[in-house]
Amino acid sequence: MSTSNQVITYRQAVSDALWEEMERDEKIFIMGEEVGVWGGTYAVTKGFIDQFGEKRVRDTPIAEMAIVGAAVGAAMNGLRPVAEIMTINFAFLALDALVNHAAKAHYMFGGQFKVPLVVRTTTGGGRQLGATHSHAPEPIFAHFPGLYVICPSTPYDAKGLLKAAIRDDNPVLFVEHSTLYQTRGAVPDSDYTVPIGVSDVKREGSDVTLVSYSKMVQISLEAADLLAKEGVSAEVVDLRCLRPLDMKPVIESLKKTNRVVVVEENWPRFGVGAEVAMQIMEQAFDWLDAPVKRVSQEDVPLPYSRDLEQSALPNPAKVVAAVKAIL
Amino acid sequence: MTTPDKETMLNWYRQMVLIRRFEEKCAELYTTGDIGGFLHLYIGQEAIAVAAQSIFRADDNIITAYRDHGVALARGIPTKTVMAEMLGKATGVSKGKGGSMHLADIDRRFWGGWAIVGGHLPLAAGIALADQYSGADRITVAFMGDGSTNIGYFHEALNLAAVWKLPVIWVVENNQYGMGTAVTRASAVSDIVKKAEAYGMPCCQQVLDGADIFEIREQFEMAEAYVRDGEGSYMMEILTYRFRGHSMGDPERYRQQEEVEKKKTEADPIIRLGNYLLEKKLVTQEELDAQAQSAEEEVAEAIEFAKKSPFPAPEELYANVYV
Repeated sequence: MSTSNQVITYRQAVSDALWEEMERDEKIFIMGEEVGVWGGTYAVTKGFIDQFGEKRVRDTPIAEMAIVGAAVGAAMNGLRPVAEIMTINFAFLALDALVNHAAKAHYMFGGQFKVPLVVRTTTGGGRQLGATHSHAPEPIFAHFPGLYVICPSTPYDAKGLLKAAIRDDNPVLFVEHSTLYQTRGAVPDSDYTVPIGVSDVKREGSDVTLVSYSKMVQISLEAADLLAKEGVSAEVVDLRCLRPLDMKPVIESLKKTNRVVVVEENWPRFGVGAEVAMQIMEQAFDWLDAPVKRVSQEDVPLPYSRDLEQSALPNPAKVVAAVKAIL
Repeated sequence: MTTPDKETMLNWYRQMVLIRRFEEKCAELYTTGDIGGFLHLYIGQEAIAVAAQSIFRADDNIITAYRDHGVALARGIPTKTVMAEMLGKATGVSKGKGGSMHLADIDRRFWGGWAIVGGHLPLAAGIALADQYSGADRITVAFMGDGSTNIGYFHEALNLAAVWKLPVIWVVENNQYGMGTAVTRASAVSDIVKKAEAYGMPCCQQVLDGADIFEIREQFEMAEAYVRDGEGSYMMEILTYRFRGHSMGDPERYRQQEEVEKKKTEADPIIRLGNYLLEKKLVTQEELDAQAQSAEEEVAEAIEFAKKSPFPAPEELYANVYV
């Protein structure tokens, strides 16, 4: 197997994963708003309709209930749909189809049906899109047993996890971050997958553990650089998947650092930090030398005005301050 | 349409009586606490499910909402496994995890039993899409109540089906009340089938009589020919009436008892078919009684089987959350 790498963008990584999987299996098809002629509103599926045709690259009406619902039905009846919800803000419209149908069809009928479905979507604030178009509500979707929620932070993880998601027989919400598409990283030339539900240490350290996912990994790594300059060694754990949630690397890291800060883009209430902190209480309470802290989005709808919006989002300085508060 | 032979029609009669007796017993088992949750009875609507079964192929797809016992039994799912599901037993068709509202049998391409109003309609579109995609000539028959035609799912699903020419027959079983709200109080058009026009979808020219199995079969046959030929979707509306409440806990304040009694005498599909067969002198009363007796025995055996069956093992709780 080839071991050579190439440096590509997160966008290219997602696009390559889709392309290669579609070449591999005729049962895989794409459906969603503007995925075809337009090429995807984030240009992920550019050129796909020319290569794979309208049968396999299907533009849909702006109708999220139908997009996800029909994708569930197609998956139950033997296909492997990759449905796209343009942004996670619109996934609320498809919430019923995701949680009542995609996530429960296997269980509720005693295992008779499988739903090998991937719903791709984008998340994240910080682009002056206002309150309705700037959500990062991944924990809502991670609440439901039966669904997987994947939130990759790097091109390598995005490609490997998307391939794994497409090959898995369970329904997956695959959440790409809209401000990560231009970021670059090394990706193997050869076919590979990243296992679903395995957290990953993105940077080793000994004084504090930063737990994050998606864009917040980048924020955490920048914070770790700042902390290093002040002589504080931060370890960064990337959850990669919110469900299944792999806490093992978090607990192992905590046993080394005895301090944890969760960096999450969601709002603080009932979020990733709340869940991670609770699991730490259950599994490793005695290893803590300080309370678990969280750096979240401020508990307000995101405003439009640029500086005001930025002030509501997690940033490296906020992470540094949170770390210093528990050192 | 060819005239069916006597044995075939007697079999329809038996199937309708089977559904009726099955559900009457379910109502009893609900009051004794053997059946829990919600229980939505199909009594009065039996001709629709039986007519469908008499027309469509075994490999066609059937999907419906939560008033699903009749459709499940007509599809040929063993009565005892349906009854076992009602009682929450491990031998139930959904292993006791679905209950009354979530019956399904993948081997018979009966895709459920879905309990969010309208939620199964895009699933039907997707099931049909998979067949169209793979070149299968199967069609999908999607049953729904009148109430589901006012929800967004209905409009999104029918629009998508029309845009993509999906092979679906959309069958509205208009039993005249969405829970307790009459169609005229809930739908801007009371001729529900007119909603097909919004999607350029062909439909039956008049609302069908849900007590007349012959009329329903004739329309199903026309719809089948159209959809099987790959022309796209077709919509039907069948006017029917549920003799029981929406579910077992329904106080029925929204309709008069006289209305119900009138319907029971005038629009009972079982009486209608029985009278037809007697008037045409195709059968004797004894032959009808023998069918009814046989159906009653089948239900009794199903109850015995269900009662004797074990409840799901504790470890089933976590089975099948994921594949």
